[in-house]
Amino acid sequence: MTEIWRMIGQRLLLGMLTLFIISVVIFGATELLPGDLARELLGQSATEETLAALREQLGLNDPAPVRYWNWLTGVLQGDFGVSMATQKPISELVGTRLGNTLFLALYAAALSVPLSLLLGVLAALWRNSVFDRASNALALTAISFPEFFVAYILILWLAQTGLFPSMVRITGATTTGDLLYSAFLPALTLTLVVTAHMMRMTRAAIINLLASPYIEMARLKGMSPMRVVLHHAVPNALAPIINVVALNLAYLITGVVVVEVVFVYPGLGQLMIDAVTNRDIPVVQAIALIFASAYVLLNLLADVLSTVTNPRLMHRT
Amino acid sequence: MTNLTFPRGMTRRGLLKGGVALTAAGLILPAHMALAQTEPKKGGVFRVGIGHGSSTDGYDPGLWDQLFVQTFAAARHNYLIEIAADGNLVPEIAESWDSADGATWVFRIRQGVSFHSGKALTPEDVVASLNHHRGEASTSAVKPYFDPVTDIRVDGQNVVVTLNAPNADFPYLMSDYHLPVMPGTDGKIDPTSTDGCGGYVVESYEPGVQATLNRNPNYWKPDRAHFDQIVLLTILDPAARLNALMTSEVDTIDQVDPASISLLESRGVAKILSISGNAHYCFPMDARAAPFTDNNVRMALKYAFDRQELVDKILAGHGSVANDNPIGPANRYFFAGMEAKAYDPDKAKFHLKEAGMDKLEVTLSAANAAFSGAVDAAVLMSEKAAAAGITITVDRVPDDGYWDNVWMKKPFCASYWGGRPVEDQMFTTAYQSGASWNESFWSNEAFDKLLVAARSELDDAKRREMYQEMQRLVSFEGATIIPMYNNYVMALANTVATPEKVSNNWNLDGFRCVERWWFA
Repeated sequence: MTEIWRMIGQRLLLGMLTLFIISVVIFGATELLPGDLARELLGQSATEETLAALREQLGLNDPAPVRYWNWLTGVLQGDFGVSMATQKPISELVGTRLGNTLFLALYAAALSVPLSLLLGVLAALWRNSVFDRASNALALTAISFPEFFVAYILILWLAQTGLFPSMVRITGATTTGDLLYSAFLPALTLTLVVTAHMMRMTRAAIINLLASPYIEMARLKGMSPMRVVLHHAVPNALAPIINVVALNLAYLITGVVVVEVVFVYPGLGQLMIDAVTNRDIPVVQAIALIFASAYVLLNLLADVLSTVTNPRLMHRT
Repeated sequence: MTNLTFPRGMTRRGLLKGGVALTAAGLILPAHMALAQTEPKKGGVFRVGIGHGSSTDGYDPGLWDQLFVQTFAAARHNYLIEIAADGNLVPEIAESWDSADGATWVFRIRQGVSFHSGKALTPEDVVASLNHHRGEASTSAVKPYFDPVTDIRVDGQNVVVTLNAPNADFPYLMSDYHLPVMPGTDGKIDPTSTDGCGGYVVESYEPGVQATLNRNPNYWKPDRAHFDQIVLLTILDPAARLNALMTSEVDTIDQVDPASISLLESRGVAKILSISGNAHYCFPMDARAAPFTDNNVRMALKYAFDRQELVDKILAGHGSVANDNPIGPANRYFFAGMEAKAYDPDKAKFHLKEAGMDKLEVTLSAANAAFSGAVDAAVLMSEKAAAAGITITVDRVPDDGYWDNVWMKKPFCASYWGGRPVEDQMFTTAYQSGASWNESFWSNEAFDKLLVAARSELDDAKRREMYQEMQRLVSFEGATIIPMYNNYVMALANTVATPEKVSNNWNLDGFRCVERWWFA
C-alpha cells in the first residue's frame, strides 16, 4: 500500500506544479486581452476622466508582475481576493455557482455513466447484433450534433409540450426535488453528448479482452457469456473505462457553458464569460484555477483507481 | 395606437408572405386594443426576461448601463422627475420645479415619502443623491451633466441647483435613469444599498441571474405598481428568451430577434409590442482623418446606400428610415420636413467629383457589439456603394473589446445610441465640438454657437427653429451616417396589459413596465 501512497504524493506534487504553470499561463493570457476593466464597467459612455478615476480606485495602474504576485500569495492563503467589478469576495461569487455546476455535472454523470456502462457491456456482449449497431448509431448521432442543437430539439419536444421547464431557476426556496425536475433537460442534453465516448470505450475495452486466451478458457469451462463478461472481462477492462469516465466528468464540470446559456443555468461557465467580457481578471483566474484543479484531481483519481484495479500497473515503473 | 404597428416592407419576399401576415395582424390587433383598454388590476407575479445583465452588475447608480439594471432601478427607486408615456415631464419626488432665469432651478421635494427602510425622504437625501455624480472622485457616467452645476443646496423643502449658464432643459436631465433618489448619510449615499422609495422592495438579487422584488406596501403612488411581485431574469440567448416566453416561464421579453417575430405571431401565444423611439444605429466617420475631412466625401457616402433596404433587412421592418439625424420622431423639435436622402449613385458620384475624386476606397469596421446586424448592414452598404464608384471594405472586428479598440479609434465604424429625450442632451453628448463622446470628432462653429444659444432661449418657436437648423447642419454637414431608427421590440404574454400609450423614451415603457403594466 505504501507504493500507492507514494504515487498519490508524487501525483499531487506534480499536480501543484501543473496548477502553478497554468496560473502563469492564465495570467499571461488575461494580460493579452485588449481593453480594460474600467472601460468595460463604465461602458461606451465613459469619459477619460471617469476612466482614470476608476482605474486609480481599482489599482489597475500597478505593473503586471506585482498584481500577479499579490494575487498568488493571496490564493496560497486561501484568499481569492475580491472581484474588481463588484468588490465582493470572489469565494462568495464563485461558491454558489460552483455548487450549481457540480450539481449539474453530478446529475448528468448519474444519468450518463450507468447508461453508457450498461450499453457498452451489452453492446460488447451482443456485438455486431442489431442492438449493438442501433445503440452505436444512436450514441454517435447524439454526439455528432452540436450541444445547442440537441438542447433546442429537447426543448421543442419536452419543454414546449409542457413536460419540463425550458429554463432553470434556482432560488433560496428551491428544493432538491424541484431542482432535479427543472434541471432534467440540461442534464439530459449533457448525457446525450457524453454517452457515446464512454460507451464505445467500454465496448472496445471489453471486446479487446474477449479475444484473450483466459477468456477462451472461461468459455471452454462452460460459463454463460454474461458471467464471462462481468466476472472475467470487466475487471480487467476497468482501467481504460475509469480514464474515459474521469475525462468526461472533467468535461461536465468545465465545458458546459453552451448548455448553461441555452437553459439559463447559473453555473460557473456563464460567470467566467461575464468575467472575461468585463475584464474582471481575479474572477477569471479563480475560475480557471478551479477548472484546472478539476482536471488535475479527476485525472489523479483515475490514475489511482486504475492502478488499484490493475496491480500490474504499479510494478511497471 | 400608432405605435402598435406591424410594419412590413413591400419587398418581394414581403409580398409572398403578405397574405399570412395580414391575417395574423388582423387577429392580433383587436386583442391589443381590448387589452389596452381594461382598467389596471392589482396582483400577480410579473416575470420579465431581459437580454442583458452580468455578474458584475451592482447597485452604484453611476455605473448603470443596460436594460437589466435600468429596469431593476425603476422598480425600486423613484426619480426627481418622470418622463410620462407621452414624453412630457411629470412630477415624481419633485412636486414641482421652476426657474426664473433658466440658471437657478428650484425643485420642491414631495413630503410624506419614505424609503423602504422606513426613513422619511428629505431634501438632504436628494442633494446627496445628486452629489454622488459630481466632483473629481466621481466615477459616474453622467458626470458631464453636472459640469455646469456650480452649487446644489437645500432651502427648506426645496433643493436649489445653480448652473453657470441657463439651460431650459435642465429638468429633463433630472429624469435620467442614473439619478435615483437614495437615502443619504452625512451628505453621501451608500452606492451598495438597495434602499429606495420606489414601488417594490428588493427580496433577493443575484447579479447576472435574477432579481426578485415585492410590492412596497407603503408606496406613495396609489395608481402604480400593480404587481404583487416582480421577477427580473437575465436571459442572454435570444432563442432561450423566446423559449421562456413560449413555455410561460416569463411574461414579457425584450429585444425580440427580428427574424423570429413572424414565427412568434403565428403561434398566437404572445403579442409583439413594437415602439418607435429615438434609438438609432449609426456609422460615425472621423472628421479629422482623410478622406472624411471633406464634407463632399461624407455626402457621397450618405447618398451611396439604400436606407429603406437596411430597415427592411436588418430591422425586419421594425424601425424607420433616418436622415442622418440623431434627433428622432419622439423628440419635441424633430425636423420631419428635412430633405430626404434617397439612394442616388449619381448624386454620390457628383459629390465625389466635387471632392476631386472619381473613386473612393474606405474601410468600415463593424462588429455586432455595435448593434445586432451591424456587420450585415455594413455589407449591404458596401454592395450598394459599388455602383457609385465607392469601394467600402468591411472589416469584421471582434465583439470583445469593441468599444475600447475600434469605436472612436478607427476612422469609420459602427455605433448606436439609445436616443435621448432632449435635443440638447443628444447634441451635447455626441455632436458638440470636443465632447468626450463626440464619436465623429466633428466640429462646426455655427452648430456650437446655436447649441449654446438654444439652451437659454425660452421662446418655444425660436428654439424650434434653432434646433431644426442644428439638425440640418448635422444631417448635411455632419460626419455621422445615421441610416435608421430602430424600434424597441418586445413580446408580451397575452395576459399582460399595458396602458394605451407605451413610452417611446426607452425600452420596456421607459423601464417602467414594472410600475405601469398589469395583468388583465
